[in-house]
Amino acid sequence: MLIFEHSADGRQTKIQSTSGNEMPTDIPAALLREVKPGLPEVSEMQAVRHYTSLSQKNFSIDTHFYPLGSCTMKHNPRVCNSLAMLPGFLSRHPLAPEQNSQGFMACMYELQEMLCDVTGMAAFSLTPMAGAQGEFAGVAMIRAYHDANGDTQRKEILVPDAAHGTNPATATMCGYTVKEIVTLANGDVDVDALKAAVGPQTAGLMLTNPSTLGVFERRIEEIAKIVHEAGGLLYYDGANLNAILGKIRPGDMGFDVIHSNLHKTFSTPHGGGGPGSGAIGVAERLKPFMPLPVVTKEGDDYRWLTEKDCPQSIGRMSAFMGNAGVLLRAYIYMRLLGSEGMQRVSEFATLNANYMMAQLKKRGFEAAIPDRYASHEFIITLKKQSRELHVSAMDFAKRLLDLGYHAPTTYFPLLVPECLLIEPTESEAKEVLDGFIEALVQIQHEAETDADMLHNAPYTMPVNRLDEVRAAKQLDLSWSPNPDV
Amino acid sequence: MPFIPHTETEINEMLSVIGIDSIENLFDEIPAHLKAKGLERVPAGLNEMSINRLMQQRAAQDGQPLCFIGAGSYDHHIPAAVWQITTRGEYYTAYTPYQAEASQGTLQLTYEFQSMMTALTGLDVSNASLYDGATAMAEAVLMAVRSNRKSRSRKILVPRSVNPTYTHVTDTMVKHQNVELLDVAIDSASGTTSLDALKAFSGEDIAALVISQPNFFGTLEDVDAMTDWAHENNIMVIAVVNPLSLAILKPPGEWGETGVDIAVGDGQPLGAPMSSGGPYYGFMTCKKAFVRQMPGRIVGRTVDQQGREGFVLTLQAREQHIRRSKATSNICTNQGLVVTASTIHMSLLGPEGLKQTALSCHNNTQKLVKKLSSIDGVDVVFDQPRFHEAVIKLNKSAADVLNKLAQQNILGGLDLSELYPEMKDCILVCATELRIAEDIETFASALAEALK
Repeated sequence: MLIFEHSADGRQTKIQSTSGNEMPTDIPAALLREVKPGLPEVSEMQAVRHYTSLSQKNFSIDTHFYPLGSCTMKHNPRVCNSLAMLPGFLSRHPLAPEQNSQGFMACMYELQEMLCDVTGMAAFSLTPMAGAQGEFAGVAMIRAYHDANGDTQRKEILVPDAAHGTNPATATMCGYTVKEIVTLANGDVDVDALKAAVGPQTAGLMLTNPSTLGVFERRIEEIAKIVHEAGGLLYYDGANLNAILGKIRPGDMGFDVIHSNLHKTFSTPHGGGGPGSGAIGVAERLKPFMPLPVVTKEGDDYRWLTEKDCPQSIGRMSAFMGNAGVLLRAYIYMRLLGSEGMQRVSEFATLNANYMMAQLKKRGFEAAIPDRYASHEFIITLKKQSRELHVSAMDFAKRLLDLGYHAPTTYFPLLVPECLLIEPTESEAKEVLDGFIEALVQIQHEAETDADMLHNAPYTMPVNRLDEVRAAKQLDLSWSPNPDV
Repeated sequence: MPFIPHTETEINEMLSVIGIDSIENLFDEIPAHLKAKGLERVPAGLNEMSINRLMQQRAAQDGQPLCFIGAGSYDHHIPAAVWQITTRGEYYTAYTPYQAEASQGTLQLTYEFQSMMTALTGLDVSNASLYDGATAMAEAVLMAVRSNRKSRSRKILVPRSVNPTYTHVTDTMVKHQNVELLDVAIDSASGTTSLDALKAFSGEDIAALVISQPNFFGTLEDVDAMTDWAHENNIMVIAVVNPLSLAILKPPGEWGETGVDIAVGDGQPLGAPMSSGGPYYGFMTCKKAFVRQMPGRIVGRTVDQQGREGFVLTLQAREQHIRRSKATSNICTNQGLVVTASTIHMSLLGPEGLKQTALSCHNNTQKLVKKLSSIDGVDVVFDQPRFHEAVIKLNKSAADVLNKLAQQNILGGLDLSELYPEMKDCILVCATELRIAEDIETFASALAEALK
């Protein structure tokens, strides 16, 4: 039932607002609204009950194991939320003068410093509001750098074929054409193909390391050298930073610019699809081009860097300074972990992934890259099940929901047929991993004995498989009181 | 170990299953000389008690001043239920609803949100959100360039009365695709877009016109005339609106003869605290004809195999994970949790609660303007109907006066001289429903003192 179907004309919760105001006489009638907007008219109790019961139709980290590959669905500590929502932080106006903002700015400055340290970059800007916006900032800086050097013939961004879709989409938004580089069967970038692809037209290469195939790019130094010698810059997509946190730093691998998904590595909530944060770090040579604002420290005082300080900046990317509340949560999480906790994150994320991969191999599942250690995630391919039993990765994914597990990422990366990309994260206990492994084994058994049953899974959710074709053809994107009119 | 549950025994069992001696073996593929040496700028970890103490101090340090600044972020009352429900783990710790069957809560809520935004703006379809109002304007500009079949131009008219930071952000995001933003002058008496300046573009090939209602100065534009002029010239219209104002102001879908083509804005006034500038969310609605050019996630209602109603992400062929370099935008994660809060907020207030809030903001601002204009050395700059912001001019340095007020814990407004050099010693002030008569009195007497 929709909230609109709980509505009754004229019902109000007067306690939530002021009352008794008349329509103004100092605004011309032609500029005023004539008919009230079709919003629900419900009591507080109706709204609370409706949205509480809707929430119960969601899987979440708090209720279910959620091994969604490349999304790093780790535990979100409650204290990060409660402290970020202290009244002093919530009520701070973004344009409050610096003298009234030193407490908040201290947190932001220290967050920048910690991010520089764990990534090996020279400076950080916190303004991008999601990974994709961080990518935009990074590629726009690469362009600004080449433009500043008069190097305007560089029109091409190189992207491995295993990359997230945001990489090529970002390159296009920055006015570049995209050239894809193939990936070898062992998960490494094809260095010969890279050598053949680079040239005076190359603006840069966007790379995720460990890659979306869940393995560490072993020839990273050689790759960096090839791109740099061709005059290009190296972009690090930080989607998989959780795998190497405290172990190796993108700056030391030769990357010139990186974004870090704070909602992945630094445990800010995923919120049903954001808000995220794509904080962006740069090597020394890209510092002049950073997006604003950035916090700096002069003596004991914190100050915003503006266009006057950074005339070559690529500009601003949000109305104010990005998702400040998300940044506070990441700051609190990093302070809780401390320097010693950072390494443990990657160690136990990697331990969990490799344990699961080893167990699943023992139980007869096929790993996409069986002969190498996994990073913090790994891929199982179900192409054999698909061919022999006519049971797809999607069938496995849907049946997992019945067994109480959120499905892993399916059909990504696009290179591996019928794949499940599994990322357990460091915060899951061994018995949870064991339970998930048993669930996959059970589904395999079901595939062998009753494949038809799997084709119609799930059975225990509020709905079963939805008609996506109908959704796209008979568009119903908003409720209307008179749908036929 | 914080947030890591493993016992020694379990670690050893797991290592033995993998067939290695130590966790460090798993990192053997990393070249030894590249391994990190340890961190210098990350302090030692804190426990919950210590972080509590630190953050309480930091939050208290900034003093919660009495706020008369608006300029895109507004201090509104948010019902207690809004964030209590929003921070339930089932919303807070879920992700993008890729598995629809296990995400009906988030999906249905998003469908309800889309319905509310179309109702407020008077347009046909809404997406599931963009990052903020500024980036929503940028995406709308790119969308208009793709959508306007009557124009081959990549030029966009942007009046100087549009929030200048929105214009700046838009330029940052669109210039690489050779989209050009052209200034339209403002009428210095009314603080609204000069219709003469607009008409100077008649007959030119232009992709779109941006109209902000209310505009950055809080004053109300002649939206009907502007919309009709644009459409007569084959120019698409993008409205940038404050969604709260739409509880009392004419919705963009009804501007002029046929309504605007795209409406965007920042959802902050509908349930998001000011919170240093974010997270907020950008919203976008449009006429049905343009839905396939819309960026971002869109939720649709459909049925399952048994004919039961259900919700899915739809029209995904527009998006980056399918179209890659040919996607409508690179956006992936948006601002879901703030949309959750906002949907609950709109449900709790309903049409009447939002209307009362909007009227209260308008009335308080009118009282503020009247009060301040009675002070020696204060002039009201624009004589024009307004929503809930106004520009006043001081006879002393605005920077000095605002500084004096800040020392008394009053944020007296935004100094406009940096954004508009011609508006020396002018400040933009705002009074929401929370700035009651007593607050206005406090501000006025402090300002009178500072101007002496």
